[in-house]
Amino acid sequence: MSNEKNILTVKGVQELLEKLQIDELKDVTIEGDLEIEIEPSAAGVTPEMMRSITVANETRQLLQHFKNLLGMEGISVLGAPTVQPVAPIKPAPIIAKFSPLGKLIERKFNVKKDEWKSKIEEVTLGATRADGGTRGHTITIGGEVCMPFYPDAPAPHRPIVVLDTFDEPIPLAKAVKGFYGDVMEDPCDWARKNVKEFGADMITIHLHSTHPLEKNTPTKEAVRTIEDILQAVDVPIVIGGSGDPTKDPEVLEAAAEVADGERCMIASANLDMDWERIANAAKKYGHNILSWTSLDMNNQRELDRKIMKIVGMPRDRIIIDPTTAALGYGLDYAYTNMERIKIAGLKGDDELNFPMSSGTTNAWGAREAWMKESPMSEDSDWGAREYRGPLWEVITGMTLAIAGVNMFMMMGPIAVHVLKNMTQTLMGLVEDKDHEIDISNWIREV
Amino acid sequence: MKIQSPLEAYKYLPGTNCKECGEETCMAFASKLIDRSRKLEECKEILDESYKDEYEELTGLLAPEIKEITVGTGEKAVKIGGEDVIYRHELTFFDAPPFAYDVTDAMDEKEIVDRVNYVQNYKKFYVGNFLTLEMIAIRSVSDDPKKFSSCVRKVAETTEIPVVLMSFNPDVLEAGLKVISERRPLIYAATVDNWQRIAELVDKYKVPVVLFSPDLDKLSSLVKTFLEMGMEDLVLDPGTYASGKQLKGTFDRFIKLRRSGIKEGNRDITFPLMCIPMQTFLANKKGYKPLPDELIKTLGGPEDGRELYQPVLSETTIGNISIIKYADIVVWHNIEAYSILPSIHLRFNIYTDPRTPVSVEPIMREVGHPDENSPVFFTTNFALTYFTVFNDLDSNGIDSYLLVVDTAGIGVQSAIAGGQLNAGKIKDAVEESKVKEKVKHNTLIHRGMPQDLWVMSRMRQV
Repeated sequence: MSNEKNILTVKGVQELLEKLQIDELKDVTIEGDLEIEIEPSAAGVTPEMMRSITVANETRQLLQHFKNLLGMEGISVLGAPTVQPVAPIKPAPIIAKFSPLGKLIERKFNVKKDEWKSKIEEVTLGATRADGGTRGHTITIGGEVCMPFYPDAPAPHRPIVVLDTFDEPIPLAKAVKGFYGDVMEDPCDWARKNVKEFGADMITIHLHSTHPLEKNTPTKEAVRTIEDILQAVDVPIVIGGSGDPTKDPEVLEAAAEVADGERCMIASANLDMDWERIANAAKKYGHNILSWTSLDMNNQRELDRKIMKIVGMPRDRIIIDPTTAALGYGLDYAYTNMERIKIAGLKGDDELNFPMSSGTTNAWGAREAWMKESPMSEDSDWGAREYRGPLWEVITGMTLAIAGVNMFMMMGPIAVHVLKNMTQTLMGLVEDKDHEIDISNWIREV
Repeated sequence: MKIQSPLEAYKYLPGTNCKECGEETCMAFASKLIDRSRKLEECKEILDESYKDEYEELTGLLAPEIKEITVGTGEKAVKIGGEDVIYRHELTFFDAPPFAYDVTDAMDEKEIVDRVNYVQNYKKFYVGNFLTLEMIAIRSVSDDPKKFSSCVRKVAETTEIPVVLMSFNPDVLEAGLKVISERRPLIYAATVDNWQRIAELVDKYKVPVVLFSPDLDKLSSLVKTFLEMGMEDLVLDPGTYASGKQLKGTFDRFIKLRRSGIKEGNRDITFPLMCIPMQTFLANKKGYKPLPDELIKTLGGPEDGRELYQPVLSETTIGNISIIKYADIVVWHNIEAYSILPSIHLRFNIYTDPRTPVSVEPIMREVGHPDENSPVFFTTNFALTYFTVFNDLDSNGIDSYLLVVDTAGIGVQSAIAGGQLNAGKIKDAVEESKVKEKVKHNTLIHRGMPQDLWVMSRMRQV
């Protein structure tokens, strides 16, 4: 058998019949340009092929004859030995031509609301003169009864943004530095700029210079900055240490005393340092306490319990920080840990149903946020870091907003702007009629 | 899936404990089916004709709540949907949403080829692998079948990655399908206006189809109608918007659809969802900007990128929110490197299986050609930490030993907190590696991040 296709046309069939001296096929008529292709190498005729050549009843019978004839000519069909009788062929199912339904089947979409048992505690930050402080206003967070932005029930308070302010110049990523170059020498200017120009709801004053391995500013001297900051801005404030486990308890205790009655948030008590001393100071001088643990729900429960039971801190003065890991550097753990904590809180776990804070600034720890270019030559270009860095912070923050964070401690003005707008939009607080779009023909219009 | 316990799956298995699948018992295999780490087809016996009923019934019970749809063919094919849970900690999310980047039939050939090549060649190293991009969306701006057809042909010549064909005009879509239907593209979209003609195309070319309506009653009606016509490879676009109340509506619809599909098992809606954050460019044309221009100026990035930064920032933010809740495929307009980078990392993070940390084998590695005077570094076997440290040493040409301590795949700080990394564990690793026989010194170096100082002080205490 040759490798060429054996193509039988009507004419070919006639010739074949003549050759075999068959004058007519009983009960068969041939209509149109019937063409049968047979691949010599094929083990058999495919179902599709069968269907294509059995377009009508007449040809089906014809095919049977052909098969016999082809067999006699030494052309194998369906792999059958040439001398064997060919099994009768089942009629191919007649496939009705598809036609769509005449009209849409009408349906209504309905879905139940999520209902939870418990609500997240409400915590108020800042004290006005009426409450023994000097803040211009107070801010309350928490109080929600469902997952963030979900259409089940409106949340009573929006998430807030707290901008970092340091008591000494520190190395900053290029995409942040441009905003602070002129104020880094003076924490009061820095704080004012955060509030007035960058939309900070609150500021954190980090007493960074107290770190024993760095400038090691004495506690008494360092806490004077707190007094200055309270004069410079009238928003509620967060007081942070340097992160040194031995010195922070002393520094934060002294800072709490200096800010007596201002209902600040003291950041933070954690299991790796003298949490009791820090939380006691917060309680004694009328502040809120940040209970910070490292990506572990059970540790969070433990510390919260200790702060409530041992220190006797009232529930409405506890905020929790289950740790923020940067996008690409463990954000998945941080996200899921926070989401689980929020769900546990809503389900009624009274050691976890506190407003949550995120150190979103940690986003800048990712090298992808600040490095000029990839250290790996195989990588595609990373793009301009000025544009990349803020997105790293936005996405780290928004991811945790969706996990249930109520308070974002942030670094970059761009990210602050975007995150504030986006969280309020998802709460339904932003109308924006001016920019409504019609997407019914978007494919052509984008 | 419809069943939760291994026992319920076990009932259908042969129960012969033949071990051919690699598991000790059928019960062990059943539990792997329930957590979706094994596939039913890996049980050879149940594929036998005599177990036909059991196989079919169990396949139905094990099918994911959200239908899994394949787009494309061969190695580059992508799976869309396949989800079983609302929150990733309940099990894991399964099929990471492919990213499709648009080209249009109004672009000239060079631009099309350049964009397609950029997308198909994109890569970023991360935890031992390269992150990549998966799809091209071909959008008909011209509404001209001929132009669309030649655009699709150009894409098909340039790449084998799967495509989405996008037009509301059935003639245009068919022109594209004629070129590329055998590669199983996803077609976009059937609406309440064109659905009958789109259904004809779906029947003729046997391709998956997106149904589009921001009105969930209408979207449900479209789904019901397509199901009734025997078409089940459906993807739903509930409409993505850019700002304000419209965007709030988008978020709510994604939540409601996924809740309905998974929690309430509404069969009319258990299909993958498509998010199209590029709608932000439409809003941008109407003057929408997420930022004041002054802020971008102060930021100090390249001047020629400032205008574009506004819509890209919106698109990236909305696209990333959708990765978490609950897009199964995302169609993007911008191909800015600074936008792609965070998005592919978030996708990888969210779709990482929370049940198993991303880890590497805890053994000692040699970087370059170390000798007896070379430094010895140590790190955890959390893949991210390991590769970061390894690449830093390698790319800086530091001949050294890198000791990988077994922390059960947990990163430095968490491992310290959780007790997986302590002096004892490090001592074990040092002894096991016999590194002391290889070097003449006693110095062990830990990467020097400031927050690790206290980590080290803790270690001394232990």
